[in-house]
Amino acid sequence: MITINSETINIKTEQDAVFLRNRVSEYANKIKMGLVNQTKLLTAASELVRNMLRYAGGGKVLCEVISQSVLQTGIRLTFIDNGPGIPNIADAMKDGFSTGKSLGIGLPGAKRLVNEFQIKSQEGEGTSVTILKWKNG
Amino acid sequence: MKSLSAQLLPSKQVEILDIWIKLQLKNEGLRSDLMSNDALKRESEELLKTILEAIRNDDTTDIKGEAYDKVVEVLAGISLSRASNGFSPRETAYFVFSLKEALITVLEKNIAEPKELYPEIVKVNKLLDDFGLITFETFIKGREEVILRQTSEITEISTPVIQVWSGILALPIIGTLDSARTQVVMENLLLKIVETESTIAILDISGVPAVDSLVAQHLIKTVAATRLMGAECIISGIRPEIAQTIVHLGIDLSNINTKASLAHALRTAFSLLKLEVRKVGEYSKNTHA
Repeated sequence: MITINSETINIKTEQDAVFLRNRVSEYANKIKMGLVNQTKLLTAASELVRNMLRYAGGGKVLCEVISQSVLQTGIRLTFIDNGPGIPNIADAMKDGFSTGKSLGIGLPGAKRLVNEFQIKSQEGEGTSVTILKWKNG
Repeated sequence: MKSLSAQLLPSKQVEILDIWIKLQLKNEGLRSDLMSNDALKRESEELLKTILEAIRNDDTTDIKGEAYDKVVEVLAGISLSRASNGFSPRETAYFVFSLKEALITVLEKNIAEPKELYPEIVKVNKLLDDFGLITFETFIKGREEVILRQTSEITEISTPVIQVWSGILALPIIGTLDSARTQVVMENLLLKIVETESTIAILDISGVPAVDSLVAQHLIKTVAATRLMGAECIISGIRPEIAQTIVHLGIDLSNINTKASLAHALRTAFSLLKLEVRKVGEYSKNTHA
């Protein structure tokens, strides 16, 4: 798997989330990702950025265009924050679980929208979530 | 004993102003379209007067000193007004830096001895650089204020509630729905429902780029509030890709009336109000029956 393009975007306000969404959509258009997959990726990114802003007050997002073979390209996004971390990841990945007052489908929903999903969290140190969406997947 | 520049410069105010104005007029970036020469002269004269007064009273180059308070104030005022009038940073900076050139020219003319001239020039340089920094800072602040004002204006104008028929309201939402925006949308909608005695509200989300769980939550809340007011809410403009995403995300919108297009939603609204639209002269099926 090789990385073709990578860029880091800092997230501090809701406006940065809009910028991130536009940027990801630009990359997705460049690799000719279909509209449905694009919307899924954007929605997943939007969920994760909102979590980041809400629970950690911001962070950064690493955007990568990656290629596995000639035919298969995709976009990988890594969301890194230095927030309070998630005490119990298994709980957080359950539908309907929320420590805030939201619907509680952000994390599990985002996982359903992408092809690969990894979450790492250390209480008191921060959280990192990696999602990957293939162009045809 | 006072330094040479503190003694010399205040007495040369007219000469400095003259050189300074000439420099500014000569500059290619002069914006005579944004500011008349008279206004420029007035602004320059005011700033120069306060600077020279400060130099006379306080011989240090520390602009945090009390004597420089007035200068900073005048400078910030000029910079702010330039930012909101559409001057570029370069034009604004040149306003201050050309004064440096004017001051140095006057010093050169009046102090013959290089050994004496040098420390004075260093001093003037330092002072004017600090002024330049202040100009820059306040200029950016002024621009940020302009942006903030525009942002709030956009939030205001981007949520119009339209009465499409008596009893039917439509609310096209364009852009992202965040918490602040939802508040405005909901408020406008509920007020308009009372005002027009409408019983049906159509929320059109064709212009919303992505529907994530927070946007969905906001929509659900708006619908619930509309129902409490005794009106029915229809959400229209659900694009195919948005529909698929909502399903995968696991958002339950099943107890909300949703339609693919605004036209479809309007048709539903008509039938809820027992209205029908037909061509002139054409009889409806119902009357035949």
